[in-house]
Amino acid sequence: MIQFVVLMGFVLAALSPMLNHWFGQRTSLVLALFPAGLAAWLALQAPEVIENGSLLLEWQWVPSLGISLTFLLDGLSLLFGLLITVMGACVLVYAGGYLKNHPDLARFHIALVAFMVSMLGLVLADGLLTLFVFWELTSITSYLLIGFNHADINARKSARQGLFVTVAGGLALMAGLVLLGIASGSWSLAEILDQEADLREHALYTPMLICLLLGAFTKSAQFPFHFWLPNAMAAPTPVSAYLHSATMVKAGIYLLARLHPELGGTAMWVGILSVVGATTMLVGAFLAIHHTNIKKLLAYSTIMALGTLTMLLGIGTEYAMTAFVTFLLAHSLYKGALFMVAGILDHETGTKDVTQMGGLRSLMPVTATIALVAALSFAGVPPLLGFIGKELMLESVLGADSFRTLLILFAFLASILTIAVAFIVALRPFYGKRHQTPLEPHEAPFSMLIGPALLAMVSLLLGLIPAVLGADALLTATATAISGQTVEVALSLWYGINVALIMSIVSLGLGFLLFKRWDTVRGKLSVLAPVMRHGPEAGYESIMNGIVHFSEWQTRILQNGYMRNYILVMLITLIALIGNSILLRHSPQFAFDLDVRFHEVVVAGSMVMGALFATISRSRLGAVVSVGIMGFSIALIFILFSAPDLAITQLLVETLTVILLVLVLFRLPRFSNLSTSLERIRDGAVAAMVGILICLLIMTSWSIQQFEPISTYMIENSAPLAYGRNIVNVILVDYRALDTLGEMFVLALAAIGVIAMLKLRHGDERNGESNNTKTTDSSKVAAKEPYDG
Amino acid sequence: MVKSGTIILNTAARFLMPLQLLFSVFLLLRGHDEPGGGFIAGLVAAGAFTLYLFAFGVSATKEVLRMVDSRDLIGVGLLLGMISVVPAWFMGQPFLTAQWWTIPVIDFKASTPLIFDIGVYFAVLGSVTGMVMTLMEVDKDEP
Repeated sequence: MIQFVVLMGFVLAALSPMLNHWFGQRTSLVLALFPAGLAAWLALQAPEVIENGSLLLEWQWVPSLGISLTFLLDGLSLLFGLLITVMGACVLVYAGGYLKNHPDLARFHIALVAFMVSMLGLVLADGLLTLFVFWELTSITSYLLIGFNHADINARKSARQGLFVTVAGGLALMAGLVLLGIASGSWSLAEILDQEADLREHALYTPMLICLLLGAFTKSAQFPFHFWLPNAMAAPTPVSAYLHSATMVKAGIYLLARLHPELGGTAMWVGILSVVGATTMLVGAFLAIHHTNIKKLLAYSTIMALGTLTMLLGIGTEYAMTAFVTFLLAHSLYKGALFMVAGILDHETGTKDVTQMGGLRSLMPVTATIALVAALSFAGVPPLLGFIGKELMLESVLGADSFRTLLILFAFLASILTIAVAFIVALRPFYGKRHQTPLEPHEAPFSMLIGPALLAMVSLLLGLIPAVLGADALLTATATAISGQTVEVALSLWYGINVALIMSIVSLGLGFLLFKRWDTVRGKLSVLAPVMRHGPEAGYESIMNGIVHFSEWQTRILQNGYMRNYILVMLITLIALIGNSILLRHSPQFAFDLDVRFHEVVVAGSMVMGALFATISRSRLGAVVSVGIMGFSIALIFILFSAPDLAITQLLVETLTVILLVLVLFRLPRFSNLSTSLERIRDGAVAAMVGILICLLIMTSWSIQQFEPISTYMIENSAPLAYGRNIVNVILVDYRALDTLGEMFVLALAAIGVIAMLKLRHGDERNGESNNTKTTDSSKVAAKEPYDG
Repeated sequence: MVKSGTIILNTAARFLMPLQLLFSVFLLLRGHDEPGGGFIAGLVAAGAFTLYLFAFGVSATKEVLRMVDSRDLIGVGLLLGMISVVPAWFMGQPFLTAQWWTIPVIDFKASTPLIFDIGVYFAVLGSVTGMVMTLMEVDKDEP
């Protein structure tokens, strides 16, 4: 039950403050054992997955509703799973050093481990809805992580922005997944992928694709939704290294790759993905060189990489699939390492500005080496894995079927800019003249070096012996899962002298030139600043402001705080819905038998009298009492028709209602006549109509019997199956326990709401009072306080 | 404004409250077979505390509750409700399937529906006493 182990991660996250108590600073190491163990498990499954194509691990949850937690393990989810767990272990170890002695380390661990589990669930999920739930969980945990420094207003704002953008996309994704479920007739990814029927021909294809793409594009920061990612750099660097380079931002890419065999290849898919991907790639790379903040540089170059991946999925040739998997792996490795290096620089020098750093190589030789290796992979220099990824990418662009010229141009420009960014990040801080930095830099502690060193080393080793990834290995399985048919991935460092290699060499030269002249170029680019202000982020801001204005407006109109208006709206809606359904769909029935007993007439009469008196009474207490009479009469009816449970409940509820009303009664303003007579006539008419309609509804529903009542089954099985003779109780706690559970939560929420509102209002009144009467006193006290403490 | 402290009410409340609470437990436990159950029992128990509240006021009632905040009772109730959902998983049955165990010596039927019902009891008790007590508190502080 690997599902259980994965879900236990949430428990581990919740327990991490306790672990913190036991293990102190070493908690990160202990927690890292969890992803490390999962990574080992995933690695053990690899041979079987490579051989069979996919594994389906089922765990039934609510079979009657068809809900199960099933994991689909194929090449694609295995690669992502390994990335998530291995990177997770590295990042946890790294965070232990980065956030050493941070007072909120426990909170960080909770959010990070919870995120890791959500992300793992997302890539392993087989059910469309399970996938969606985990998808939303990654949005929420990432919100908590971006806003980790919650005292910083910028961090809060960025966290909110990331959440809004990704969750808005999440809504579209939900619609897309539901459409996909309807169109394919299955809610399991494995079944959908196995299906014979072609979804591309389905009538729902276009809306489905658009919704799914919106979800994927927002999550994976594609243009024009890219702006949240650089802002998310407000997060602590370990978070950026993990979420914003290797995992969360790739969730959208994962979804696209996952659905590619079923949805990909149409003109629409190819058009949208290649153009949006290529645009994102160029925009990301272009915006990167505007910035001197090392994390922003890396964030924009991540946007570039995400654009590249989307573009490759759009191109969709066999070559592009090979390029996709290689680039994905290479990018995760070097970008994770570079982010951690950025964190080390920030941690040791106290600044994130690369122009403030220089000559650090002699002080931090290990960091400098890691940075160099990772950046060379980033720039696509042989013999690193990044070089192979880039060669394959250029090759696929050259072999693209549509938009070929555009893609070649964009890819060439983007790779020049990328190379410049790689050099800026890896050379600028370590070479050249030494600068004075806020902190005196020295080599980072071992815990912060091991993670990036491991990732950089893997980049180098895989570049030197790419065969371990290729034929009959992991990447073949991944590429096969993405393309839907067998793809033989054959990687090598040397493909001979071809156009891609020449493009690569030329861009390397131009990129280096750009790096050398970066300071001048940046100065010239600042001319563009006024134009940049009108980018997509400005659009986001105005939409958010618009929503706030709209909700203020509709609150003023609809939520005006007058109970009578709320009730009126509810009752009129009731009349419209029930009236429509009864009068138009069914013929109303008036049949009832007149076999009534005398005592029944008396009870009914007292109810009517109670109701009448409540409406005309001029005393509040009188009205409460007469409503009470009505309630007790209803209880009597329950007793007469032998429903003791209902009668007891009714009596108790009635008693408590009277008690609550009496308690509130004294707080109400003086009784006065507020309504005009016209309003009273309107209210009376509405009330009468509701009464008549409910009466009709009961009589009509009594006369219509469409199917065998379920009560027969419940009565028959109550004692033998549920071991209870009281059917009402058995329904509440056994047959319909899920409903009761929901009602318990509703009750609890209502109670907490009432308590909070009463206390809040009460507190307000008291504060208001003291403010009015002794403003001067309290301000004096407030001014004094700091000195007292 | 609710005035507390008439002799008859005080004396009655002192005797009635334990009886009512006992009765609520009785209703709770027999609920599966006879009229009763967590909801009703919770209301009866809430009624007991409300009566005490009317007789002796908020602070005295809080003392009787031994510093258990009614909001915590709500939490306990929800937690019990959630816990009763889980055992079925370990038996390899679908979520929420009722589990029954017989405790041998006293021949008592323990079950997840009972745990669930106790959860309902606490949630109802906590919600009602919480609301009533807050209302009384607000009432009391008014000038």
